[in-house]
Amino acid sequence: MAARTAVRPGQLSAWFTTPAILLGLLFTLGPIVVITSFSFMSQPEAGSGVVMEFSLASYQHFLFQEDFYGQMYFDPRYLNAFGLSLWQAVGTTALSVGIGFPVSIWMATKPPKTQNMLVLLVTIPFWTNLLVRTYAWILFFSGDGTANTVLSWFGIEPQQLLYNSWSTLVALVYTFVPFAILPMYSALAGFDFRLAEAAYDLGAKKLDVVRKVLWPAVSGGVLSAVALCFVPAFGSYIQPVLLGGGKVLMVGNLIADQYGSARNWPFGAALSVIILVLTLVGAWALLAWAKRSAQTVSLAV
Amino acid sequence: MITDAKGRYFVSQKADRRKELLVNQACKTFTSAEGEPVKALDDVTLSIRLGEFFVMLGPSGCGKTTLLRSIAGLEHLDSGEIYLQDMALSGLPPHRRPVNTVFQSYALFPHLSVWENVAFGLKMDKLPKDKIAERVSEMLALVQLSDVGGRKPSQLSGGQQQRVALARALAKSPQVLLLDEPLSALDLKLRRGMQGELKRIQHQTGITFVFVTHDQEEALSLGDRIAVFENGRPAQVGTPEEIYRHPVNRFVADFIGDTNFITADVESEAGKSRIAIGGQRFDVEAPAGQTVTVAIRPENIAVGAPGPGKIDGKLAELTYMGTDLRCSVELPDGQALRVRISPPFPQLTPGGPVGIGIPADAIAVVAD
Repeated sequence: MAARTAVRPGQLSAWFTTPAILLGLLFTLGPIVVITSFSFMSQPEAGSGVVMEFSLASYQHFLFQEDFYGQMYFDPRYLNAFGLSLWQAVGTTALSVGIGFPVSIWMATKPPKTQNMLVLLVTIPFWTNLLVRTYAWILFFSGDGTANTVLSWFGIEPQQLLYNSWSTLVALVYTFVPFAILPMYSALAGFDFRLAEAAYDLGAKKLDVVRKVLWPAVSGGVLSAVALCFVPAFGSYIQPVLLGGGKVLMVGNLIADQYGSARNWPFGAALSVIILVLTLVGAWALLAWAKRSAQTVSLAV
Repeated sequence: MITDAKGRYFVSQKADRRKELLVNQACKTFTSAEGEPVKALDDVTLSIRLGEFFVMLGPSGCGKTTLLRSIAGLEHLDSGEIYLQDMALSGLPPHRRPVNTVFQSYALFPHLSVWENVAFGLKMDKLPKDKIAERVSEMLALVQLSDVGGRKPSQLSGGQQQRVALARALAKSPQVLLLDEPLSALDLKLRRGMQGELKRIQHQTGITFVFVTHDQEEALSLGDRIAVFENGRPAQVGTPEEIYRHPVNRFVADFIGDTNFITADVESEAGKSRIAIGGQRFDVEAPAGQTVTVAIRPENIAVGAPGPGKIDGKLAELTYMGTDLRCSVELPDGQALRVRISPPFPQLTPGGPVGIGIPADAIAVVAD
């Protein structure tokens, strides 16, 4: 007779967790399996969708095009979209973390009650739909919007502020600053400021305290902030569409186009897989670093 | 003769400032959570002799920790000065003071190993590497932790963490070591062991220890001298014996050890001031006509069979404690006295009559 593991009081049998596990698998692994298989399939002769025929054409399509005579040549257009995404993501991350860090320090040094209030304030934007908030930036930057009104006070003619990579960057930074603040704040709030006193007492100057005591304690939080800004900013969609006005082609839009007007599902899937692989490599490098330097890096808020 | 940085001569205002850590008229006021000003240090003047083990004792909120932090430079005085020999500490930032602190929470750097924690202050001083290594080994040997240098603080027991904090603070050879309730987180047995250890290290290094505690027993066993703090200022400074035997006021008598307080009217008799306790008369140094409080230590009272020359009382309670016998006796006027009797124990019956003997020198008049 097989011995059964005794169920302790307050504990349910493993079977009770099965529905949750199945649901989790369905919604995390499911899309990845679908996307990865689509990326290795072929485009149908007409219309959208995929046909069950193995092909590497989509991955080839990322870097090479076929010319009129059937010759393959290197086409950097899609790579450029990746490059632009990379720059937007780097800029967004740098600005969000740069703005978020002093804010986090300021928050973490307030009395506990004030801190809770401030965390609530930081999360208020999450209560409103991102699309609506991004539209608000269009109003802000539009011809007779707030930005131009302020400029007119200084005698500056109304400018075309919308539909370029700068307005896109502003909207991205706006979106991701809370994602930068929260992990850094939580690392700083957990920092024992008595350690700073101990360091002063042992002869450390202000800069030494920041470098040798504060930074090792909070660098994990800063890296979490970097990861939480960079990864979603890289694949962002709404901001380049609304504030880039179709002129700013980032990976997110490129993929959306493949499922829409371009009707090339396998290529859209291949682009997604490329991003996924790049992100996984980045996350793995980050975690490897964290393990080596005994840091806690959290990849979720 | 002393010269300042520009080579000008000046004469020390106090000739014996050489061998002391002097706190002069220190004042510090905090604002409480309710917005009320709280005087943490109320015009404190205190002289700590270099080389001694000085204990600052008092209940929480009496100002002892504030004074310690002010000496370390982690707190700024509203007014007053602190001198270490001829050096005015008050204006110096913490990292320029020849003073180090052992914190109540230990405040060990969690990301650094024990060895690196002890080396931290030496690295800040930019000492050569071999000097640092030599000093760290020496310090770890002093606190008997030579074999755990590679571990992280989180892998150590509370007592070991305590000793790392001590080694880290001593590594820079401070002229004064400040200890802020360093043993309060340890259990009783470990605390006793560490007290002995601290005493040994203080003797071995000759460094001035300024030790803050709220534990009177700890203060008595460690201190060469003790300052008992009350409401932001020292109520009494003296050796453990002075403080125990001649407390200046009711607060000190009550805080140090176990004490009976008896109130009595002072009468003039044959030109001398006297009080009567249970019909027996005692000479006191107090003006006649006043009501005074006298302190009597429980171990100074004798209890036995009733007899001549003894106060007639009643035994109210009796507890056998092994090493001593604790009882509560009632005086004829109804005031109760706690008594501690050492062996050999007399035959006593709870509820029965007893004779109480109070030696004349057991009585100390204390101010309220």
